[in-house]
Amino acid sequence: MGEMLCVKNINVFYGSIHAIRDVSFHVDEGEIVTLIGANGAGKTTTMHAISGLLRVRSGEISYCGQLISKMEAHKIIRLGLAQVPEGRRVFSGLTVQQNLQMGAYTRKDGKDSIQNDFDMVYDLLPRLKERRNQPAGTLSGGEQQMLAIGRALMCKPRMLLLDEPSMGLSPLLVKEIFKIIRDVNRNGVTVLLVEQNAKMALEIANRAYVLETGAIKMEGEATELANNIEVRKAYLGAQ
Amino acid sequence: MQFLSYLISGISLGSVYALIALGYTMVYGIAKMLNFAHGDVIMIGSYLIFFTFGSFGWNPVLAILLSMAVCTVLGVVIEAVAYRPLREAPSLAVLITAIGVSYLLQQVAQLMWTSNAKSFPSVVAGLAPIQLFGGQLTISVETVVTILACLVIMAALTLFVNHTTPGHAMLAVSEDRGAAQLMGVNVNATISLTFAIGSALAAVAGALLCSTYPTLSPTTGAMPGIKAFVAAVFGGIGSIPGAFVGGILLGIIENLSKAYISTQLSDAIVFLVLIVVLVVKPTGLLGKKVNVKV
Repeated sequence: MGEMLCVKNINVFYGSIHAIRDVSFHVDEGEIVTLIGANGAGKTTTMHAISGLLRVRSGEISYCGQLISKMEAHKIIRLGLAQVPEGRRVFSGLTVQQNLQMGAYTRKDGKDSIQNDFDMVYDLLPRLKERRNQPAGTLSGGEQQMLAIGRALMCKPRMLLLDEPSMGLSPLLVKEIFKIIRDVNRNGVTVLLVEQNAKMALEIANRAYVLETGAIKMEGEATELANNIEVRKAYLGAQ
Repeated sequence: MQFLSYLISGISLGSVYALIALGYTMVYGIAKMLNFAHGDVIMIGSYLIFFTFGSFGWNPVLAILLSMAVCTVLGVVIEAVAYRPLREAPSLAVLITAIGVSYLLQQVAQLMWTSNAKSFPSVVAGLAPIQLFGGQLTISVETVVTILACLVIMAALTLFVNHTTPGHAMLAVSEDRGAAQLMGVNVNATISLTFAIGSALAAVAGALLCSTYPTLSPTTGAMPGIKAFVAAVFGGIGSIPGAFVGGILLGIIENLSKAYISTQLSDAIVFLVLIVVLVVKPTGLLGKKVNVKV
């Protein structure tokens, strides 16, 4: 169980705004690690810095021992590090099937192997199978989130970054999505989960980091943080 | 019969607009910019054909292929040198740069080949016009070839975009550049490909346009370029079928108003139609509604 993702002292700026300050954390192989925090804490910015959509000003990000903080986004995914972006961002004009095909865009390992993964994704997410020929824009929010996860799985990732998968979903669907995340993890995919829904995130995670105004405020075992009085007050609605 | 003849030449003119409009609309859809230098690429392509086919007597197909190749390179170079550094810049800066590139191409052409208009030889010269209804309706070969070329290219392009991996990458980038990158799509390469296709089509459009309207000067591409832009907006910018429909309709409107209203007013009528369409349906005939998320 080696270290898979290592973020070391990164700083990210939007123009002159210092969005991420000296953030460091790591994710070990096979873990579910969650990054919790309020709106504007810098969770999505951190995610974009890892996936290469944003550049870090200083600091280093490495994945499986390889430095990725200077790599372009379309190359990072080829290393098996996939992101499910905030707000799902499925291709609404393409069908469910075409969206999944886009997920397999980088793969060169042949039709049969890709077909296997189509079956795997449809198995995991049976609702998508019923709607495979429907444009993604006509799906409900929950189905779109499933599609976004399925699309990321199509590239056969070793690690999955999930950005607010529970956003805008009903409590029942949130439960379903979290069950899917746990299933994906059990199939051997390491997970970094960014969430505002701290309660759910801490339930499935091994370890957690608390992000506040661009800096890491706390870290520890998920169960430990779930019982921490400060975390309970700020994020879990305790009195 | 007279009406039919005007209509057919309108469709032919519209086919040329449609081919040029494809370049505008694809670049807009994928790079989210208006490439106002597109019309001038047509002019450069036409000059090449003028020299290779007209002066050196090359085979017309070979001349067009060379012109397509050169225009493809030109389009890709323009994108890489002038537009790529401005990828994150405000759209106004990109727009002004595009206008600058347009003037640059026109002035360079003027320096190299003077501003004197040249008489362009038809690439399908020597073929007899087609007679229909016992000679009552005569259709020139240029007209037929133009319409056929447009139809074939439209069909090929639709197949390419909807059924190939690079085509899907283009669709993905046009919908959501960031999400496409997360799928592993190389956005710069996809934008280059778009410019390459658009510019190759511009070369074909130039050959067809100048065969029907045989004067060639450094500003030859400007007006058809603007009209094709109008056609793209008319049909819904960003939409490939929209460019086709917009182009054909614009050609018909222009030709019929030339025939029945006034030759001098035909351009004004074309632009008036654009204004009316934009007032009634701001996204164009086949344009998609853009939902801005809050």
